[in-house]
Amino acid sequence: MGDLREGAALYLRITAARIRAQLQYRASFALETVGMFFVTFLDFVVILIIFANVPALAGWSRAEVALLYAISALCFAFTDLVVGQLDWLSEWVRNGTFDGMLVRPRGTLFQVISSDFQIRRVGKIVQGLLVLVYALVVLDIQWTPARALMLAAAIPVGTVIFISIWVLTISIVFWTVDGREAANAFTYGGSFLAQFPINLYDRWLRRFLGYVVPIAFVAYFPSLYILDKPDPLGLPSILQFAAPVVAVVTAIAAGLVWRVAVRHYQSAGG
Amino acid sequence: MTMALIEVEGLRKDFTVTRKTGVLRRARAVVHAVDGLTFSVERGEIVGYIGPNGAGKSTTVKMLTGILVPTAGRISVGGLVPTDRRTELARRIGVLFGQRVQLWWDLPLIESFELLRHMYRVGADRYRENLATFRELLELDPFLGTPVRQLSLGQRVRGELTAAMLHDPEILFLDEPTIGLDIVAKQRVREFLLRANREHGVTVLLTTHDLADIERLARRILIIDHGRLIYDGELEALKRRFGPRRVLVVDLVEPAPPLRVDGGEVVRTDGPRQWIAFDGDRITAAALIAAVTAVAAVRDLTLEEPEIESVVREIYAGRARPEAGPIRGS
Ligand SMILES: Nc1ncnc2c1ncn2[C@@H]1O[C@H](COP(=O)(O)OP(=O)(O)OP(=O)(O)O)[C@@H](O)[C@H]1O
Ligand SMILES: [Mg+2]
Repeated sequence: MGDLREGAALYLRITAARIRAQLQYRASFALETVGMFFVTFLDFVVILIIFANVPALAGWSRAEVALLYAISALCFAFTDLVVGQLDWLSEWVRNGTFDGMLVRPRGTLFQVISSDFQIRRVGKIVQGLLVLVYALVVLDIQWTPARALMLAAAIPVGTVIFISIWVLTISIVFWTVDGREAANAFTYGGSFLAQFPINLYDRWLRRFLGYVVPIAFVAYFPSLYILDKPDPLGLPSILQFAAPVVAVVTAIAAGLVWRVAVRHYQSAGG
Repeated sequence: MTMALIEVEGLRKDFTVTRKTGVLRRARAVVHAVDGLTFSVERGEIVGYIGPNGAGKSTTVKMLTGILVPTAGRISVGGLVPTDRRTELARRIGVLFGQRVQLWWDLPLIESFELLRHMYRVGADRYRENLATFRELLELDPFLGTPVRQLSLGQRVRGELTAAMLHDPEILFLDEPTIGLDIVAKQRVREFLLRANREHGVTVLLTTHDLADIERLARRILIIDHGRLIYDGELEALKRRFGPRRVLVVDLVEPAPPLRVDGGEVVRTDGPRQWIAFDGDRITAAALIAAVTAVAAVRDLTLEEPEIESVVREIYAGRARPEAGPIRGS
């Protein structure tokens, strides 16, 4: 427990240092945050446009979809805020930057996560919150303590699920990137995706992880419960409470896969 | 039998690389980067780890520091298996890769140090003391507040060296710590390492292509080529062993086929210039010169004294390679 607290303190310390560095460029920081807000807002505008013509989608009204959307958008925004730097991992693995993380006395995942906090990502959270407010105002929800709790829990639980899935899938880079070829790809700007071994994770597994789990457990089931809506798919209602279990399971799986993956790290020549 | 601080036995590392052999074709090949290394390093030693490009030096260092999992063999560093006890080991070692940036790219140097202090849980007093020492010895003050990305190479390496040592490591692994530094900076880094070794008993394993580093710092060297150890011993012994081979450089009046003189062997020719190697214990320079002038018209002569550089060059080129197994020089 003391370790956890100390790790959190270190995370905050590193993040604070990074924020200070970013604030040095105040103007560009403000522009980027606003830009991020508008880009993500466009997603929602698309949904509004669809609903301008169709009053309901598969039994879901515009406001209900907004709730669904807001929950998943918020989970994704927090995920991006915390672990967005995983986007860099393939590059770090390819060019050997990851070496530095292996010689420091902290978990590698911790170091990746704490390495590059970008405040502009807050823009996405603002957008998610606005949509959520819209949904809550328009919808006539019969609030109970359990429903409020469900909404409050849906965001952190969903965020954990997203983060775990991201870690789980990005771990592939430790297997696929081989130093020399990778170094070339890096220098010549070759595409990383072209070297992706599609068969490393089975196709159904990727679909399940990539679409089914996030859509179902992060937003769909919690929304059904909050709205007290009968499940159009007629799935067992116990699934509406399964998200925390899914979060724990995916988090453990992500931790294990990451651990194994790092042992396959090949660094880069030099 | 007590254990040495670093013990390596039968260490191997293979890399599987895929090469493009056509538009869509790829061939897989295995590179034996490290191919059966056995050596040990005692506490307090400074060991120079040298070898030509691609010999496997960096790969070895990465296995010793827990970055790469070995393909085969056994490693013990301070009694720990590096990849199994990575974080524990990290507290006890300092690592520097001269060719890579390990500090936070956009943070001022001093902030990087502050963060590392917390990462390594260095006590406030210890930290203040160490930082003061490094600031003075490595002259960090002019750029302590500068973001790492704006530092010159030499400034950055000094920063990285400080970062590697803030937590008082027992062992320093330095992969080309002086690469790209000017003479003054090199000198400063060498002094610094010697001092750390003398005053704090820090054990140092360093790779370099600058043999002056070796001359200045290391009493013992390991030479590796194609992933195999070809020399393990004292620097002086290496010089003694290969040193007697001195070289007489003769400029002939006109180009000629390699001269044939007793006690000397032509190792290289370039137009009218010939390099004649000889064993100083068997024939004197004067006698050799007499023998040469007896068979050819000579315009000029110079005598090259043996130095570590040429000895090592010969070993790299395969001329002085022992027939089997590493030479033990001590
Ligand atoms: N990550 C990697 N993936 C594939 N091959 C690698 C990788 N790292 C090193 N190699 C290969 O292994 C061999 C040894 O490389 P290494 O970097 O250890 O050499 P080195 O002795 O440090 O050379 P240099 O003096 O050039 O730094 C080389 O043939 C190199 O191409
Ligand atoms: Mg190297």
